Amino acid sequence: MEKTLKRWLPLFGLPTLAAFTVGFLVPFVMGMALSFCRFTTVSDARFVGLANYKSILGDGDFLHALWFTALFTLVSVVLINLLAFSVALPLTKGLRGTNLFRTVFFMPNLIGGIVLGYIWQLIFNGVLAMFGRTLTYSPVYGFWGLVILMCWQQVGYMMIIYIAGLQSIPGELYEAARIDGANPRQILFRITLPLSMPAITICTFLTLTNSFKLFDQNLALTAGQPSNKTQMLALNIYDTFYSRAGWEGVGQAKAVVFFVLVAGLALIQLYITRRREVQQ
Amino acid sequence: MKSRQASKRLKNGLFLVFFSVVSLAYLMPIGIVVINSFKRKAYINKYPFSLPTGRDFVGLENYRAGVEAIGFFEAFGWSLFITVGSVSLILLCTSMCAWYISRVKNRWTRAFYYLCVFSMVVPFQMVMYTLSKTADSLGLGNPLGITVVYLGFGAGLAVFLFAGFMRSVPLEIEEAAMIDGCSPPQTFFLIVLPILKPTMVSVGILETMWIWNDYLLPTLVLDQKKYKTIPMAIQYLKGGYGSIDWGLMMAMLVLAILPVILFYVSCQKYIIKGVAAGAVKG
Repeated sequence: MEKTLKRWLPLFGLPTLAAFTVGFLVPFVMGMALSFCRFTTVSDARFVGLANYKSILGDGDFLHALWFTALFTLVSVVLINLLAFSVALPLTKGLRGTNLFRTVFFMPNLIGGIVLGYIWQLIFNGVLAMFGRTLTYSPVYGFWGLVILMCWQQVGYMMIIYIAGLQSIPGELYEAARIDGANPRQILFRITLPLSMPAITICTFLTLTNSFKLFDQNLALTAGQPSNKTQMLALNIYDTFYSRAGWEGVGQAKAVVFFVLVAGLALIQLYITRRREVQQ
Repeated sequence: MKSRQASKRLKNGLFLVFFSVVSLAYLMPIGIVVINSFKRKAYINKYPFSLPTGRDFVGLENYRAGVEAIGFFEAFGWSLFITVGSVSLILLCTSMCAWYISRVKNRWTRAFYYLCVFSMVVPFQMVMYTLSKTADSLGLGNPLGITVVYLGFGAGLAVFLFAGFMRSVPLEIEEAAMIDGCSPPQTFFLIVLPILKPTMVSVGILETMWIWNDYLLPTLVLDQKKYKTIPMAIQYLKGGYGSIDWGLMMAMLVLAILPVILFYVSCQKYIIKGVAAGAVKG
């Protein structure tokens, strides 16, 4: 069979391969190369070595964005997963209304980041107006605004994954634990949590990468205001490319740093949480 | 025994009340946007939480003006076209490709599989500039061309999920079909495709959610003067100096959310199942 199929590569493999080359491989390799060049269009690129990377180090806005993004990621990963797990627990007990509540909590996830940003801009500005302030009055507001927005959007999604994980834990384990006299606390920490590790791995992975790469929500909610103090990495890279002529090379170098950070974080996280997964 | 039952009923009641309140609060932001979409713009920023009464009620005026200002229905059409086109293309091409690379085992197919996995951790910013230039030079800056770009950038996740599922599909059925005289395309479309259906739903939903809501890729790839998707049209309302007509914005947000909610209500079961299945495999 393998031999017959092999001849059919043009039909089965080629369309995807061609699109993957155009849509990913070529731009990726070109992006890597251009990060060592100075250019305004791709054709006038000139090799400048590590100069682009050096100018990143002196870019205060980028360093601030890095710190802001890291803090935001930390807070939102912890909050989203805590909330999602604590909502998922009661919603697996088979009580009345469970399905309706799941449907409601998941819903915001389908709304796009730009739309979400403007919805919450209205609400935060409405609340802050009572104190005579606006969302862009202080970066602290923007930070917590983004955290609340992210929770609203992502808790439902992670809840669905946690529910799927919780439902795959065999009921006999709980029964055995109860017969052995375990209290609810022990059951949670000795059975439910360890056996939910695969779901925890996935959810931390998704929230970590989603938060770190956040762009649309950031653009629509504060657009980095006040004075770029709520700008996250993705938005900073975008601004470097498209609102500062002559900085394309630096933008590309930032993008490479960004890629290394995202990939590195994702790998470290997967390694740590995978190690804690147990065999049933 | 009786007191235990009573306490259980009390617990259920508390659960119901608590979650009903939380659910209502959860939906509040959308409700507030709907209410404000009927208000005169001057009243939206100052009093977003009051109901429109008397002078500040403008009926459907915001909707009329907003639809005109951003060409909402045109944007809706392009969003629909691009999403349906790209997702169909992704489902067809990547499932075929995933079948090929899981049945033909050699160095090249394995390398391609790992490249797909690798592409999933690469953030869009890494390739956005070069991708928009590449797409431009190949003439892909139109709604038909962008489906190819989406196939390319979305292939990683789709191939990964399909190939993961393929591993659990027994080879014997396909071999039997081929021995009975099916050609590879016949084997794929008559035997493999039906088996893949549940994964198709998962991949289809994940890719739909991504492409329908995507803002940055179409902004950079499409010719913005001619084509706008819904997220692009909404962002366009912000204007050059950051001033926003909140009346129009509210009305357009409602129109942007409406199709999503209709889609969600009609395929809610598949969406939730698809997300759970897709995530567990990932």
